Amino acid sequence: MDKKTALPASVRAARSAAKADPGFDDSAGPIPTAAMHADQIRSLIRIAKRYDRLFALLGLLAMMVGILTLVALFTEMVIDGAPRLNADFFVSFPSRRAGQAGILSAWVGSILVMLVTALFAVPVGIAGAIYLEEYAKKNWFTDIIEINIANLAGVPSIVYGLLALGLFVYTFGFGQSILSAGLTLALLILPIVIVATREALRSIPRHIREAAYGCGASQWQVVHDHLLPYSTPGILTGVIIGMARAIGETAPIITIGALTFIAFLPPLPGTGEPPAGLFDWLFSPFTVMPIQIFNWTSRPDPAFHQNAAAASLVLVVMTLGMNALAIWLRYRLRKSIKW
Amino acid sequence: MSSTITLPENPPPLKAQSKNLDFYYSDFKALKSVSMPVYEHKVTALIGPSGCGKSTYLRCYNRMHDLYPGNRYVGEISLLPDAVNLLAREVDPIEVRMRISMVFQKPNPFPKSIFENVAYGLRVRNERSRSFLEDRVEAALRGAALWDEVRDRLDEAGSNLSGGQQQRLCIARALATDPEIILFDEPTSALDPIATGAIEELISELKKKVTILIVTHNMQQAARVSDYTAYMYLGELVEYGDTKDIFMKPRRRETEDYITGRFG
Repeated sequence: MDKKTALPASVRAARSAAKADPGFDDSAGPIPTAAMHADQIRSLIRIAKRYDRLFALLGLLAMMVGILTLVALFTEMVIDGAPRLNADFFVSFPSRRAGQAGILSAWVGSILVMLVTALFAVPVGIAGAIYLEEYAKKNWFTDIIEINIANLAGVPSIVYGLLALGLFVYTFGFGQSILSAGLTLALLILPIVIVATREALRSIPRHIREAAYGCGASQWQVVHDHLLPYSTPGILTGVIIGMARAIGETAPIITIGALTFIAFLPPLPGTGEPPAGLFDWLFSPFTVMPIQIFNWTSRPDPAFHQNAAAASLVLVVMTLGMNALAIWLRYRLRKSIKW
Repeated sequence: MSSTITLPENPPPLKAQSKNLDFYYSDFKALKSVSMPVYEHKVTALIGPSGCGKSTYLRCYNRMHDLYPGNRYVGEISLLPDAVNLLAREVDPIEVRMRISMVFQKPNPFPKSIFENVAYGLRVRNERSRSFLEDRVEAALRGAALWDEVRDRLDEAGSNLSGGQQQRLCIARALATDPEIILFDEPTSALDPIATGAIEELISELKKKVTILIVTHNMQQAARVSDYTAYMYLGELVEYGDTKDIFMKPRRRETEDYITGRFG
């Protein structure tokens, strides 16, 4: 087919109009055109779409690898563990007899450790992030701190355990206690809290800050009245995701020497003889969910493996619950913040 | 190049005055020896092409540049009657911002209630009396011609208002503390013509109570609302004078070119 006749009439008209222009220089030959016949365009689109479909398929496969593995693991866990989940399982101490063993000391321990972690990591992490983002001068020193924080998030958790063993357990003399464990996990999630808080602070637009400073607010007033409230959704999300990670951590807790068989509860917060006794719980020996699971898994009797599956199920539900809470909170709080 | 400054024959009382003001963004000199008066209860407009330094000049008046590192002022802006140099190192920028408030280019209400938006300047001053706050908020909203539209929903979020209402809310926020000067940084560039008209009317009304300095891209707006106009170009003040003179018989060729649209 002759290419020239295939061109649409409008293109031919435009060309002859250009040629009719006295200023038009025809010496370089006809002007190359980008115009295409409709059939050519359609076949190009067909080829481009083929790649679209190919990539969508590959992406779906890649996603399925992750999802299906998780579903398979979860299903097996439910099948193994669900029969053991009854009220007794939650209110019994561990036992040598698999059928009577429960996770009471483990879940209470986990919650108390998380309490210490939150009490330490949240204020310290938020304050650190505010300092870095709002107060610190931008220089090489803060650059180093920044790189450090980013790297801390990637340090293997066992290293935190070793640090805590030397620092909290021996140097500070906190012993193998809830306090040591809580502080260790707090260190572990501190980078997560700091990074989340900084991201949340950074997402507050400049014009909102300027509006606040323009009213004559001091730096602390801007932080307290504006930046903190507006970044709460982001901070909360970071904190909860950090806690969800901490609750499943095993290595650092083993390193600082959590016991694997605890048949008693630590004194509950606030129950001891005041004033000093109120803090007895902090120094109590303890165990946590992942350690209880680890302990049961390593026993030869398959009945304990069922216990481990049941306890894992509880732990997974706790983690997923925390993540769901994070998503819900973010959704709820974000709705009220618009700029 | 020096500035051509035509002072009025019977000058009204002076509210502020910049003297040989230079401003640097790190190494870049954004203002070059700008000297001009700001008269009390008058509207002074700053016009000029983008990048000419008019916003930079405006933001010197409330030390907004102090928020970012590397910015440096040379020269002075003296605020009368006490003739304090706003740019002096020993003058706290917070003090300056409590005396001079600002309305920004894009409406920027806080994600708080309408009431809290207006009351914020007073809260910063530790004002706690609820009845005083209510009185001041109402007065400011009336001053910004917004009271009738929002009187029944002061607890609603400021961001639920329309763009023009949000900008009037920001004006109310600026008014609530009874500032000596209000700075307007292209206050209508994000608004539709009707909202723009409302804001312009408001500015003409406000000058009875407060001195106004306004940056605008829109020359008709400068001609409509201002008493005095300054034309800036490349960080320099080219011409300053009575708005009528600047628009009818500018003395500098550059001003005329800009105003007639031959340039810019």
